[in-house]
Amino acid sequence: VPKQAEPTYTESSAELEQYYREMLFIRHFEEKCNVAYRQGKAGGYMHVYIGMEALAVGWMNSIRKGHDYVITAYRDHAHALLLGTDPVAVMGEIMGRKVGTAGGKGGSMHIYDPHNGFYGGWGIVGGHVPLGAGLAFASKYREEDRVTLNFLGDGAANQGVVFETLNMSGLYDLPCIFIIENNEFAMGTRLEYHAADSELWKRGLSFGIKSERVDGMDVLSMKKHAQQVVDYVRTEGKPYLIEVMSYRFSGHGAADNDRQLYRTKEEEAEHMKRDPIARLAKVMIERNVANEEKLEAIDEDIQAQVEKIYEAADASPFPDKSEVYDNIYTDMKPEQGH
Amino acid sequence: MATTEMTFREALQKSLYEEMDKNADVFLMGEDIGRYEGTFKVTKGFFPKYGTRRVVDTPITEAGFAGIATGAAMAGLRPVVEFMTMSFSILALDQIINHTAKVHYMTNGVISCPIVFRGPGGAAKQLSAQHSHSMEGWYAHVPGLKVVAPATPLDAYGMLKTAIADDNPVVFYENPGLYTVKGEVPDDQPNLMIPFGKAQILREGKDVSLIGYSRMTQVNLLAAELLAKDGIDVEVVDVRSLLPLDSETIYASVRKTHRAVVVYEDWKFGGFGAEIAARVSEDCFDDLDAPVGRVGGLNVPMPYARVLELECIPDENDVAAAVRKLK
Repeated sequence: VPKQAEPTYTESSAELEQYYREMLFIRHFEEKCNVAYRQGKAGGYMHVYIGMEALAVGWMNSIRKGHDYVITAYRDHAHALLLGTDPVAVMGEIMGRKVGTAGGKGGSMHIYDPHNGFYGGWGIVGGHVPLGAGLAFASKYREEDRVTLNFLGDGAANQGVVFETLNMSGLYDLPCIFIIENNEFAMGTRLEYHAADSELWKRGLSFGIKSERVDGMDVLSMKKHAQQVVDYVRTEGKPYLIEVMSYRFSGHGAADNDRQLYRTKEEEAEHMKRDPIARLAKVMIERNVANEEKLEAIDEDIQAQVEKIYEAADASPFPDKSEVYDNIYTDMKPEQGH
Repeated sequence: MATTEMTFREALQKSLYEEMDKNADVFLMGEDIGRYEGTFKVTKGFFPKYGTRRVVDTPITEAGFAGIATGAAMAGLRPVVEFMTMSFSILALDQIINHTAKVHYMTNGVISCPIVFRGPGGAAKQLSAQHSHSMEGWYAHVPGLKVVAPATPLDAYGMLKTAIADDNPVVFYENPGLYTVKGEVPDDQPNLMIPFGKAQILREGKDVSLIGYSRMTQVNLLAAELLAKDGIDVEVVDVRSLLPLDSETIYASVRKTHRAVVVYEDWKFGGFGAEIAARVSEDCFDDLDAPVGRVGGLNVPMPYARVLELECIPDENDVAAAVRKLK
């Protein structure tokens, strides 16, 4: 049973509303991404975070945004949006437009915004994990007090390079937090079929890294845990591994159109009862922070925002063909032509 | 200009010392480079001087440390990563090709990655099949990387400086057979930068162009001596930089001599020399009096026995024979 933080009622009303708005914004933003995909305005591989919002919201509210480093795999929209990346640029990138964070060269899987501390946005499962440790290496080298949030999935936890990175992070005392977003599936392969020991948190122990497993479906509990871990790593300058139990309500990616191949509708329905947004709504009502009308008004407000973002992104042109050679190198272009 | 004669290895050391003293963001990372002083001793003396912070001994996990160094470069540091041999960089290919080389493009120029991957590539002596790879052609295939392969101590010195100053990932290829080659290196030009993408003519001739890089340039110089005895006047083109490639200097030589042989140590089939040969054939067709010749390594995994190993690696006699065959 994943550890749950003790119930706490220390959050202000404004804080609760902020988390609610952030989670709901990600939810509606990504529902719109799905619409864009169905309309053919987004292509390739696209992976949404629906169901897992509490996880990213908890962590991003525990760091110094723009100062600390954040890196993740391809399920990356939420991380960028929460760090303050222009949502039009995120939507624009997903739609392959000029306004996109990478001018249409990256797509959904490759959102980057280093000015806000976001280092992507990577497509090879587990491949970015050493890069994240490298960011942490740089802050240690320069004696800065940055921490790095290094997000990876449960599938990535099996990659060899992840073990190599954990070893070196333990060896060099890198201020890096490895956050295993365990949504219970590596694409379509359930945890118990891909991990010899499904308690992934234990994988940090061999490398002398403080490790634990927590629940990530409750934003308040997530935020509390995250803050403790971030403060520890910033103070101690040591790595940390945390397995966060979550569940994605959608498929692995936009091209995953038959989830029943690997899980039942009943199982999904059961997990959807843990919807982090509904859960926080309940708390807000219980604590008299909001009533149904207010929550509905927030919902409408966010839907309207997302519509505007979508329209602005859709109004942006595609990149010019001439841009194809730009930014392969800082100072030269490759040979041109077929 | 005062110069000192030194080995290729000493030239690399001098270059590294100067660049580390110049820029505090430059650090070394690799297997056994610190306390053990490097398998080929290129980093001898660095650990006592700079300590664990700037001379980072790594576990034997190439993908892991290539990735960590790449992340550090993304944050603005300037790692110089040693692969104990380039053969081991095969374990790090996903990091180098799928991450390091692509980050600048995937971010549309927002993040750059100033990193050098250096180390011995090609055959040393009886290291057999798994330690003798020529990797330079593999890397030169990848947009986003720069690949250089100097043949002289002077170029090792000046091009390593350029590599460290470059804001892009550079694969710096050192054939182990070059480490003891001697040459003059300037004493008082710590800011010397030998630009990438500039081939050089190391010996002028009028009858045939021998085109190579790294140790094969030294082999070509020997072959030129042999052929001179037969009255064949050889021009030796040292390519130096594979990516970017200076085709124009190669073409100018071929347009003068009308004959070309490309020499490379890598497996002949599909190696980088084939790229050079193809473009000379495409772009200098009217200037050629004979088809472009190629001399490459034998298409076999490198064997152990010295007699077999030597059979695999092109030498000056193989090159001279290929030249004599041209008509």
